[in-house]
Amino acid sequence: MKKTRTLLAALSVSLLASTSAFAGDVRIMWYSDGVEGDVIQDLLNRFMKDNPDIHVTLDNVAYKVIQEQLPIQLEAGQGPDIARVTNIKELAQHWLDLRPLVADPKYWDDNFGDTLDWMRPDGSKAITGFMTQLTLTGGFANKTLFEQAGVALPGDKATWDDWVNAAAEVAKSQQLPAAFAIDRSGHRISGANVSYGANYIGPDGKPAKVDDGTKAFVGKLVDWTAKGLMLKDTWVSAAGSTYRAAADDFINAQIPFYYSGSWQVANLSTKIGDSFDWVATGSPCGTAGCSGVKGGAALVAIKYTKNPKDVAKVMDYLAREDIVKEFSERTLFLPAHKGVITKGGLKWGSADKNVGPALDKFVKAAGETLPAADALPPWKWANAYFAALVTRVSQVMAGELTLDEAWGKIDQDIADKVAEAK
Amino acid sequence: MTAVATLKTWTGAALAAPVVWLASIVNVPLKWWQRATGTGGMAAFFLAPNMAIFGIFVLVPLVINFFYSATSGTAYFLQDRTYVGLEQYQRLLDCGNYLDTATCREDLFWKAVHNTGLFVLVQVALLTVVSMITALILNREIVGRSFWRAVFFFPVLLSPVVTGLIWRWILQRQGLLNLIVHDLGGDPYNWLTDRFWAFTAAVSVSVWAHMGFYTLILLAGLQAIPRDLYEAAEMDGTKPARGFWRITLPLLMPNLLVVIVLALIRAVQIFDEVYVLTGGGPGTSTLYLTQYIYEIGFASLLRNPGLASAASILMGLVLVVLTLLQLQVGRRGERKGARE
Repeated sequence: MKKTRTLLAALSVSLLASTSAFAGDVRIMWYSDGVEGDVIQDLLNRFMKDNPDIHVTLDNVAYKVIQEQLPIQLEAGQGPDIARVTNIKELAQHWLDLRPLVADPKYWDDNFGDTLDWMRPDGSKAITGFMTQLTLTGGFANKTLFEQAGVALPGDKATWDDWVNAAAEVAKSQQLPAAFAIDRSGHRISGANVSYGANYIGPDGKPAKVDDGTKAFVGKLVDWTAKGLMLKDTWVSAAGSTYRAAADDFINAQIPFYYSGSWQVANLSTKIGDSFDWVATGSPCGTAGCSGVKGGAALVAIKYTKNPKDVAKVMDYLAREDIVKEFSERTLFLPAHKGVITKGGLKWGSADKNVGPALDKFVKAAGETLPAADALPPWKWANAYFAALVTRVSQVMAGELTLDEAWGKIDQDIADKVAEAK
Repeated sequence: MTAVATLKTWTGAALAAPVVWLASIVNVPLKWWQRATGTGGMAAFFLAPNMAIFGIFVLVPLVINFFYSATSGTAYFLQDRTYVGLEQYQRLLDCGNYLDTATCREDLFWKAVHNTGLFVLVQVALLTVVSMITALILNREIVGRSFWRAVFFFPVLLSPVVTGLIWRWILQRQGLLNLIVHDLGGDPYNWLTDRFWAFTAAVSVSVWAHMGFYTLILLAGLQAIPRDLYEAAEMDGTKPARGFWRITLPLLMPNLLVVIVLALIRAVQIFDEVYVLTGGGPGTSTLYLTQYIYEIGFASLLRNPGLASAASILMGLVLVVLTLLQLQVGRRGERKGARE
């Protein structure tokens, strides 16, 4: 009996010891487009130095892991303690409400209030995290190629047609494989669709059927692809809603015009260096306006964490004004912190002469987005709409569907998704 | 006894000691178990670990998959999902004309079925012929025969992802093949965005990656054919081609059938190397069943686990038929062997 007691006591002590070893552990799942992984690690190292009782592990993963594996982990009640995500609204039921845990909820409301709705269920007042960056879709032009071709860069109110025609001239003159490329993503073409008058959201808040605005721009896009003006590889060489960026083709000077978004600035600066000059162009115009789509990546706390208090401490630290400012300056990301934006004076951490004007252009373009585009980031069905668009439009580009068939399929895919979610 | 022999005995005893000690401990419950259940119980005891692994990793997921296929919703926990009976199967099989995928409710599923059917037909035929020719060549007295056997078997050792990536780098717009075409004065071509060439690449890469394994099976069959049959035929003035059709092929038939059935099963399951190589594109022209299931179950933002489960069960039924065929072929081979 005495032996059994001793054994049980030893077991209890060892169990307690093992549990306490995990008490201060916080695991962050993180993906990077550019240098932000290194920057956040540096910031976290400073946090751990000041808070030796909390150990933060940064798991750098591919964006595909965030998109495909994290949702499954979350559905199973698993996952990291904190994650950097872009699918922020659709997965909002998995985020932890930090309101009772953070040191000063008012600070969060005051500084991140504009975007808190993007990452919490409709009607909720939870604080679930903050945007590590605000993004805006927009274009980039290879200025050197335009100059070499003797083609003037289209101006501020240039339409999509103007840009494609100018880029086509450059491509022809410089013997490039295509005039332009847009990332294979429904999100990327949505700004253009809205610029032609599209509205994805019905009066009941549910997805509306594909309208004339979407049909107008997508019709042009398919036509440009068929004519070889848009780089066929990006959209056609994959099935389903797989994401493909065309950044490498722009970096390798294979296309004079590239439509992606503000998050590419650091990537382009790092990889292009002084090989050629490039400029951000904002979003080309359609018949209704010149809109991009806002968005970004959020750092959210996961409600399945075992250490919510430690998670809140880490989040409080990373959301601090000075930390957000430093993070933005070093990563070249647009901040979502009201205080940082209002005070201004951001010293972009880049000697690249292309970077400052590019970021300024995106800041300016952020004021030109249309209401239909601004409604998309906090909309639950945005990703379903984007996915259906990519899947079916790329089938049209590959010659498998006609545009009329595609509209029906897109409506059906989205209706199925809505029905499935009931 | 010499000193070396004594040392060997001591070493052996020392090494065996822990095993003997462990056996003596295990012996006690085992003896009890044998007394209680007889020799049949002992067989069950030794099979239990394997059966447990099989049960946990195959049977239980299979049963759970059946339940998933009868539910709908985006949740992954069964208790959070809605029971819908055979609705997912009805949705998959709802088609105006099975030959025209555009008339099907789940057109991508039928597109994948059509693509997989075509892939299986072409890939299995090509794989069998290429493996046969390679085995026939490697069975001859050629210089460096062992080296060539290793060369043809090497791709089998590669991870399918590595295989897919290597060929993607070769075939992509700025890849090695286009560099060669350009250097030869030709115009580079976008191989992976052309439906015909993407399909050709998917089939060829898959044949390249797997032919080593099937060549080995055929080679073993070829080496089992008695040489004196060929010598007798040669003495009778039989031409080599006739020798192939009248001696080699009939005697190789059991191996050939095994190759065809194994290749069929593998081809129906094709996924990894083609997924990396073409991503299912251009459009959906190399979208195969396994990729469809993966996409709809996990990867797509339009994911639907219930539909993916139903599709996987339909695919499983096809595989069961092929496996039964394989067993039948194997048994027939055994019976024929016993008669001879």
